[in-house]
Amino acid sequence: MFARRLLYWISMAAGLVLAIVPLPGWLDPFRPDLALLAMIYFVLTSPRIAGLGYAWLSGLFLDVLRGMVLGQHALGFLVVGYLTHKLQLRMRMFPIVQQAVIVMLLLGLYHFLMFWIDGLTGHGFTGWVRWLPVLSGALLWPLVVALGDSLTRRSS
Amino acid sequence: MVELSHDSRPIIGRGPPLTAYFLALAAISVGLMVADQRYHQIDRIRESLSRVIYPVQRAVDFPFRATDWVTGSFADRSRLRQENLALTARLRLANLQLQRFAVLEEENRRLREMRANSAGIAEKVLVASILNVDLDPFRHRVLLDKGAADGVFKDQAVLDGDGIFGQVSKVNASTAEVILISDAEHAIPVQSNRSGVRTIAVGTGDQNKLSLPFVTVESDLQAGDLLLSTGMGGVFPPGYPVAQVSKVKRAGSTFALVEAKPTARLDQAREVLLVWFKPRVEPAAAAATAQPVPSGTPADVPATAAPAPATAPSPETVTPPAQAGGE
Repeated sequence: MFARRLLYWISMAAGLVLAIVPLPGWLDPFRPDLALLAMIYFVLTSPRIAGLGYAWLSGLFLDVLRGMVLGQHALGFLVVGYLTHKLQLRMRMFPIVQQAVIVMLLLGLYHFLMFWIDGLTGHGFTGWVRWLPVLSGALLWPLVVALGDSLTRRSS
Repeated sequence: MVELSHDSRPIIGRGPPLTAYFLALAAISVGLMVADQRYHQIDRIRESLSRVIYPVQRAVDFPFRATDWVTGSFADRSRLRQENLALTARLRLANLQLQRFAVLEEENRRLREMRANSAGIAEKVLVASILNVDLDPFRHRVLLDKGAADGVFKDQAVLDGDGIFGQVSKVNASTAEVILISDAEHAIPVQSNRSGVRTIAVGTGDQNKLSLPFVTVESDLQAGDLLLSTGMGGVFPPGYPVAQVSKVKRAGSTFALVEAKPTARLDQAREVLLVWFKPRVEPAAAAATAQPVPSGTPADVPATAAPAPATAPSPETVTPPAQAGGE
């Protein structure tokens, strides 16, 4: 249990670091939200560890890291975490492709929330490019599951 | 029929129901956002959180800095020689211009004193390096490695060797966020060096392009004009290059379509200068501002005033700082 908890925090930190690592210009818009994917994965596999408080806190750290309005990503992480908690009994039964589709919907919702709050706070960017992370995140989902499964098997 | 609970937390000590917990945290987030937009007390929370986050930013920055250092220290001899030659040539040219500059500077200072107005000469500069951290692909912001501890303040002007770079938008304990002049939310008052036309240059979200939306069809602007900062608004020191007009299209009936290319190297700069200057001095106070620096030998005046990176002094070397940026 402790190992699982530690793994959760380490993968969260890694996700946050990867959220601000400089990427080459053409790759930058595709940057997947790895911290969010890690959070979804842990809510699905170990919902007793990955609670809403943790999700909210990592969102808050992301806000500070990227200098956004305080609470923006926190709210996004919270909403996605809550919905995943609600859906987890069903989602765990799904084949991986279907899971990826649900993840895509969750990411879409998350980015819509970000877009909406950006608009409210006057940072609106309306290009279609901003929806690319939804696609790249959904495509990466099987990889996240594979990596997570191999790591958790070793830790527990 | 038994209904399965979605809440998989342990039954003992599980805390509040999931939905209540969700609603409470959501309310806190919304409250935080509103407070962050409206009030400034929240800055303290952000600052203490940024202290926790600072090592992470440093860690992300480290490999890039290390690579730079390694390639720098193992650079081959011929390349270093070439670089050295090029720099010497540039220095010779710059020195030549500086000789004339020293005289002009002195003359300018005398003239300004006569007008009891020594507005807007950079008095103190501090070199800061840009952390290799990606904030948001859709906004042009960078993070500097200097913060409140170094005396950086909000809205401070930031320059690089070639022109105006941006202004400080957020100050943390040991970092500061800078909004570039090309950010779509940024605007800067400018003046054409050739014709004296004043207007405003607005960022477009493209690092190589500023837009000048308020230029009338009749106004005297043409491609190639250098746009300088005017110092209006008191944020930027006047007379520093901002951009060069790249395109003028007089198609409409009232406003021309004008674009300009920033002179500062917004996408390549690694080190920038934070500038302290006096926006405007009251006539009465002007006599008192004949400060020790200008009264030295004219030859060493430019060293404190020029934005050239080579001469950037350490903050202690120059005059009592105009920290607050205005009086």
